[in-house]
Amino acid sequence: MEYMPSLYSGALRMTRNPADAEDLVQETYLKAYRAFSSFEEGTNLKAWLFRILTNTFINSYRAKQRRPGESDLDDVEDLYMYRRLGGLEAALAGRSAEDELLERFTDTEVKEALEDLPEQFRVAVLLADVEGFSYKEIAEILDIPIGTVMSRLHRGRKGLERRLFGFATEHNLLPNASSEGGSDRPTDQSTDQSTDEAEPIHG
Amino acid sequence: MGDCDDVLREVYTYLDGENEGELREHIERHLDGCMDCLEVFDFEAELRQVIARKCKDPVPDSLRAKVLECLEGEQTNTPSAGPLPD
Repeated sequence: MEYMPSLYSGALRMTRNPADAEDLVQETYLKAYRAFSSFEEGTNLKAWLFRILTNTFINSYRAKQRRPGESDLDDVEDLYMYRRLGGLEAALAGRSAEDELLERFTDTEVKEALEDLPEQFRVAVLLADVEGFSYKEIAEILDIPIGTVMSRLHRGRKGLERRLFGFATEHNLLPNASSEGGSDRPTDQSTDQSTDEAEPIHG
Repeated sequence: MGDCDDVLREVYTYLDGENEGELREHIERHLDGCMDCLEVFDFEAELRQVIARKCKDPVPDSLRAKVLECLEGEQTNTPSAGPLPD
């Protein structure tokens, strides 16, 4: 059961609740066991298990969860955090200033930032950034077109950067941060960044 | 493609390893000569590593035990079934 740590971490991000995550993982293994004859030898076992995990989550657990406003991410500009850290170079003199900032986020903050994303973006970012699946694998796991995978990743990552930047300002992780960049309500400053292929939001 | 905006638009697909051939080479050539874009790519790559590293949770022993017990129960009930999945 070498993939259990990945499946459990993934289940925690999806359900945001340890008890549900344990149930979800257990159910995933049970389904995998029962359906093992349908697994094609030589294909990606981890992706197959994640497909079962994700489907089980969507079918059994999602209904219990609140549904946040998903179109909110449309307003987030590209490279959200990086653009707001522009002042750091001058303040700290050194190319790695931003990288050092990233190291200062706690595990809890990073997990929370990911878990705060609306579900479909959260799952896409989890599969790509945490588990390292390719677009094609994610498309198969979620049964969506590759273009939709890219769109969800794009918006999810922007949202994640916005949330992390919010933590950085709340916890004063930014030395001499420029005050105009400190707002985490960027909606009225987004201008020409809206080249996103907007994905229709289904209820 | 010498334009920074064009290169920056590809930052995610590049870091995801999803650009191929000529486009990938174009991006790399641009990054060789453009510190500003290189820094963005650097930052996004580092961010990705930080996310992957900080989103790991240890599996509770109780969960391992539960899953094993559950699968062993299945095996007993259906003797024709195959080995436990990985």
